[in-house]
Amino acid sequence: MDETVAEFIKRTILKITMNELITILKAWDFLSESQLQTINFRQRKESVVQHLVRLCEEKHASLNDAALLDIIYTQFHQHQKVWDVFQMSKGPGEDVDLFDIKQFKNSFKKILQRALKNSAQETKENAVWFESAWGNSNSQTTSRTPSSAPPARARTLWGQTFETHNSTTPLQERNLGLDINMDSRIIHENIVEKERVQQITQETFGDYPQPQLEFAQYKLETKFKSDLNRSILAEREEPLRCLIKFSSPHLLEALKSLAPAGIADAPLSPLLTCIPNKRMNYFKIRDK
Amino acid sequence: MSVLRPLDKLPSLNTATILLVGTEDALLQQLADSMLKEDCASELKVHLAKSLPLPSSVNRPRIDLIVFVVNLHSKYSLQNTEESLHHVDASFFLGKVCFLATGAGRESHCSIHRHTVVRLAHSYQSPLLYCDLEVEGFRATMAQRLVRMLQICAGHVPGVSALNLLSLLRSSEGPSLEDM
Repeated sequence: MDETVAEFIKRTILKITMNELITILKAWDFLSESQLQTINFRQRKESVVQHLVRLCEEKHASLNDAALLDIIYTQFHQHQKVWDVFQMSKGPGEDVDLFDIKQFKNSFKKILQRALKNSAQETKENAVWFESAWGNSNSQTTSRTPSSAPPARARTLWGQTFETHNSTTPLQERNLGLDINMDSRIIHENIVEKERVQQITQETFGDYPQPQLEFAQYKLETKFKSDLNRSILAEREEPLRCLIKFSSPHLLEALKSLAPAGIADAPLSPLLTCIPNKRMNYFKIRDK
Repeated sequence: MSVLRPLDKLPSLNTATILLVGTEDALLQQLADSMLKEDCASELKVHLAKSLPLPSSVNRPRIDLIVFVVNLHSKYSLQNTEESLHHVDASFFLGKVCFLATGAGRESHCSIHRHTVVRLAHSYQSPLLYCDLEVEGFRATMAQRLVRMLQICAGHVPGVSALNLLSLLRSSEGPSLEDM
C-alpha cells in the first residue's frame, strides 16, 4: 500500500468523529469483525487512527478501498455539502420507456468504469455514488516546495438518486401544487380556503425560489400591547425594548411555506413579506 | 347550518365518516392516508378541515366522529381548535368527539402545556389521545385505533355504542383533574 493511499485513509478517518467511527467502518466492510475487535476505541484518537491504518496496510488497501471509505463518509455527511443536482430528461424524439432500475444501475456502473479510471462506486438504497480522481497518482501530495508544482488532484463527488419524485418532495410542496390526494375517500373541506392561501402566497412570494437569507432581525421600540385589560407592562409610558431574531437555513422559503403549511394565517404580516422588496433584513420598529 | 349536528342526516349504507380538524394539512393528510390503509369492513370516508364551521355548499355525509388535532408546538393550533369547538352541537360530545394531541415527544418545541389540552378535553367530556403524527409507527397505530372508534361511532359494531365507548374510556382514565 503506497504512502498516498495510507495518507488518504488516515485523513479520512481523522474526519470521522469517534461516535460515528464504528458505524462507518462497519459500513465500509473492509476490515473484518475480528480485526475491528482488536482495536481499543477508547484510546486517544491518534492511536486509534494509527492502529486502523496499520490494519489497512496489512490488508493491502487499494486506492479504490480508500475512495470507498471516503464515499461512505460523504454519505453520512451529505447534508453538510452543497450539491449540484441534475435531472435526467429525454432528448427530443426519444420515447419515455420504463426501465428496470437494477439493469440501469449495472450498465451505468460499467459506463463509468470504462470512462473513468480510478473510480470507486457504492450503491446504497436507490442511489449510486461514485467518486473519481483526476491527477497524477504518482505525485506526492505531502511535499509542497516552490520548485515542484503542486499536484492537481481534484475530486468530484456526486450522488444521484433514483427515487421517485413523490418520496423526496416534502408534503408542503405537494400542497402548493394543489396536488390533492388521488384517493377519493379523502375530502378536503376547505378547498376554497386553501386556494385562497395558495394564491396569496404566490402573489406575495412569486413562483421562483426565494433569495437565500439566514437572518432577519427586528428591534422593537413600541409600547406594550395586550389583550388583557390590566397589565403592568401595558401601563408603562416608555416603549418596551425588544429584539426579535428569526434564523433559518433558508428564511424566505420558510416564511413562504408558513401559510400553506397551516402554521400561520395568510396574508402574512407585511413586516415579514417586505424583506425581499426592501432588500433589508434589519428593522427598527417604533410606534407612529 | 353553521353548527354540526350528529343526527341531522341519514347514514349511508355501511359508510363511516370521520372529520379531522386541524391547522396543519400535511399532518391530517398523513393520518388520513394511514387510516385508509387499514383493513375495514365499513366504507371509510375521511374529511379534512382546517377549522369549523365547514363551508355549507358541500354535500356531505353524516359525520360519525370528529377528531380535533392539536399540535402542542403551536398556540395557533390550539386557538383554532377552541374557536372551532363553538360550531359543534352539544350532542356530538356524547362519544363522537375526541382530541388528538401531537408533538408531545419533542418537549423542547412544545409551546402548549399538556395540562391545557387535558383541561380542554375534560371540559368537553371527551377523550384525549396522544400521538406524534410525524412518526410513522405511532401514526399507524393511532390510525388503527381511530378506525375502530369510528366504526363504533357509526354504529357498525353490534352491541357497542359511542356512549358505551366513552364511558369505557373515561373509567380507565388516571387520577382526576383535581388530583393533579
